Amino acid sequence: MGSLDTFLQQVFNGLVLGSLYALIALGYTMVYGIVNLINFAHGDVLMVGALTALSAIAAAQGFAPGIPGWGLMLIGMFAAVPVCVLLSLLIERVAYRPLRHAPRLAPLITAIGVSILLQTLAMSVWGRNPRTFPQLLPSEPIVLGPATATVTKLLVIVLSAVIMVALLILVQRTRLGRAMRATAENARVASLMGVNPNAVIAATFAIGAALAAVAGVMYAALYSVAHFYMGFIPGLKAFTAAVLGGIGNIPGAMIGGILLGLIEALGAGYIDQLSNGVFGSNYQDVFAFIVLCAVLILRPSGLLGERVADRA
Amino acid sequence: MKSWMKSAAAGVMAAALLGCGHKEQAAPPASSGGAQAEIPGGNVILIGHVAPLSGSDAHLGKDNENGARLAADEINAAGGVRLGDKIYRVEILGEDDKADPREGTLAAQKLIDAGVVAVVGHLNSGSSIPASKIYSDAGVAQISPSTTAAKYTEQGFKTTFRVVANDNQQGAALASYAITGFKAKSVAIIDDRTAYGQGLADVIEHSLKDHGVSVVAREYTDNKTSDFNAILTKIRAREPDVIIFGGMDATAGPMAKQMRQLGIKAPLLAGDGSCSPEFVKLAGDGADVLTCSRAGEAVEKLPKGAQFMAKYKAKFGSEVQIYAPYSYDAVYVVVDAIHRAGSLDRTAVTNAVAATDYDGLTGHIGFDAKGDIKNGAISMYHVQDGQLTYLSTTR
Repeated sequence: MGSLDTFLQQVFNGLVLGSLYALIALGYTMVYGIVNLINFAHGDVLMVGALTALSAIAAAQGFAPGIPGWGLMLIGMFAAVPVCVLLSLLIERVAYRPLRHAPRLAPLITAIGVSILLQTLAMSVWGRNPRTFPQLLPSEPIVLGPATATVTKLLVIVLSAVIMVALLILVQRTRLGRAMRATAENARVASLMGVNPNAVIAATFAIGAALAAVAGVMYAALYSVAHFYMGFIPGLKAFTAAVLGGIGNIPGAMIGGILLGLIEALGAGYIDQLSNGVFGSNYQDVFAFIVLCAVLILRPSGLLGERVADRA
Repeated sequence: MKSWMKSAAAGVMAAALLGCGHKEQAAPPASSGGAQAEIPGGNVILIGHVAPLSGSDAHLGKDNENGARLAADEINAAGGVRLGDKIYRVEILGEDDKADPREGTLAAQKLIDAGVVAVVGHLNSGSSIPASKIYSDAGVAQISPSTTAAKYTEQGFKTTFRVVANDNQQGAALASYAITGFKAKSVAIIDDRTAYGQGLADVIEHSLKDHGVSVVAREYTDNKTSDFNAILTKIRAREPDVIIFGGMDATAGPMAKQMRQLGIKAPLLAGDGSCSPEFVKLAGDGADVLTCSRAGEAVEKLPKGAQFMAKYKAKFGSEVQIYAPYSYDAVYVVVDAIHRAGSLDRTAVTNAVAATDYDGLTGHIGFDAKGDIKNGAISMYHVQDGQLTYLSTTR
C-alpha cells in the first residue's frame, strides 16, 4: 500500500470526523453570533438526539420488524430532530432567556449547569451503560480509488455538505436569515425594524439543535455506541473547531470543523514521523489543541475572524 | 427464589407472633433484608467486592459481582458459616469504582470502614494496584478475580492475592501464539494506556522482539475514544501480519469493526479484557478477526463449568462474560480461610488465605509467596460464527 494511498485515506478519515465536528460547531457558532453565549449544553443535546433515535429505532423494530436499515435511520432522525428542537427551545426559554441581560458569566455557568442536568437525566432515562447502536447501513468496505469507505461514512460527508449549503442559503437568502443577521448585528435596532428578537433567537437555537440531532445520530451510527456522556468529547472538539474558525462566523465553523478533523487524523497518522519518533499517537489530542493555541496566539479572533458583517 | 421468600415470610410472621409487644427485638436486623431467614440472629460476615458498575466496563464489573453473589447465596443456602457455636451469614458489600484508580482507593477505604473481613476485587489492574496499599495498611486480604498486571503482586504486600494468572504469563502466551499460531513476522501493537493494557502490550512487545518478530507500529489510544481510523490507517500501510491490542472489550469491539471497514485483513490478538461475549456484540460483523486469551482455565472445560454457567444464567438471565467463575471461587477461598482461621480477625484470615489449598470450580487454588496463583493457566479463544470458541490451554 503506497504512502500516497495512506495519506489520502487519512484525509478521508479526517473529512468524516471533520464533517461531524462542523455540524456540531455550527450550533455553537450560530448561538454565539446572536446572543454572545457559549452554549455548553450543545454537546448534550447531541447525546439526547442519539439516544432518542436509539429508542425510536428499537420501538420501530419491535412494532414492525422488517423495516430496512435506511428506513430505520430515517425514523431515528425524524424522532431525534423534533425532540432536540423542543428540548433546546425549552432550555433557551427557561435557562437562558431570563439571563439575557445579565452579566455574561451568568448564562455561561447556567449552560454548564444545564449540561450536567441533561447528562444526569439521560443517565436515569437510558441507564449508565453504553448501548450498542444497531448497524443500520451496510458495513461492507467500499473501495474508492485510494481510500476505503463505508456507506455510513459517505453519508456523513454528503449529509453534512448538503446541510451546510442549505444553512448558508437560509442565512443569506431568506427573510429569516436576514432577520438573524440583523439581530446579530444589533438586536435593538432590528426590533425597531419589525424583527422579533425572541422569535429569531428561538429559531437559531432550534436550527442548532436540529443540526446537533443529525450529528448525534450520525455519530452513534458511525461508532455503533451511544451513552449518556457521549456528547462531552464531540462537544468540546466542536467548540474548539468553532473557535478555530472564528466563533460567531458560520463559514468559519464549517472550515474550523473540517480542519480540526484533518489535523487529528493526519496528526495521529504522521506525528511520529514528523517528530522522528519522539511523539506517538498518544499525543493525538494534544496535537489538535496545540494547533488551537497557535491559531489563537497568532489570530486571536480565529481563522476567519469573529466579527464579520454577515455573521449570524 | 420463591421458597426462600416463603420461609422468610414465615420467619417474619413467627417472629411477629412471638414478639408481641417486643417488636424492636423481634424485627430482623436491617442488613439481612429478610432474605436468609433460616440463619438466626444478625451474625454477618461482610466480604467486600469492588468492580466498575458504571461506565464502559460496567458489564464486566456486574459479571464479577454476580459471581461473588452466587457464591454467597450458595453458602448461605447451605447453612452459612459456623464458627464455634455461632452461625454467620455471608454478605457481599459491592462498591462501584468506575474503573477509575481514584474511585478504587475511595471504595477500598469505604469497605475497610464498613468492617469487611476480606475483599474480592478489584476488576481493573489500574484500580487494584493503588487500592492494594490501602488494604495492606489495614491488614485486609484482597483477592482479585481478574487483575492480571504483573505489578499487582510485586509490591511486597502480604495481603495481595489473585486467582488468575498474571500478564507476564499471559503476554508470553499471546506472543507465542502470534509466532506459532499466526506465523507472524511483523506485528502492530496498540494499547489503551491503562495499567493493564499498557503493561500487557509491553510484555508482548518484549517477548516478540526477543523472538526476532518486528514491531512495525506501536500505537496508543485510550479507553474513552471511539475513533481509531487514523491509527488503523497508519497500521494498514505497514502491513503487519497480526494486530495486537492491550485493553478492554468496549474499546476492542469498535476497533475490530473499524478494521473491517478499512479493509484490514490481519487478525486481532488481544488479552483477557477483550475476550468477552460483549466484544462479539460490539464488533458486529467485524468480530471474527479476534483471537484472545483468558488468564485462567476455560470454564467450558471445567468439570462443574457447564453446571455453573446454567446456574448463573438461571439466576441473572445473562451469559457469563469473563471472570464470574473466578470471583465465585474467590468468595469460597475467603470462606475457606475463615473456617481454617476459626475467627473473623483480619490478620488471621489473611494468613489463612496465604496458606490456601482449595479445590474450586476453576481448578486447584494455592498462592505462591507473592500472592500469585500457583500453576496458573492461560486459555486461548477465538471468534467463530459469532461465538467465542475455546481453542487450547497452556500453563
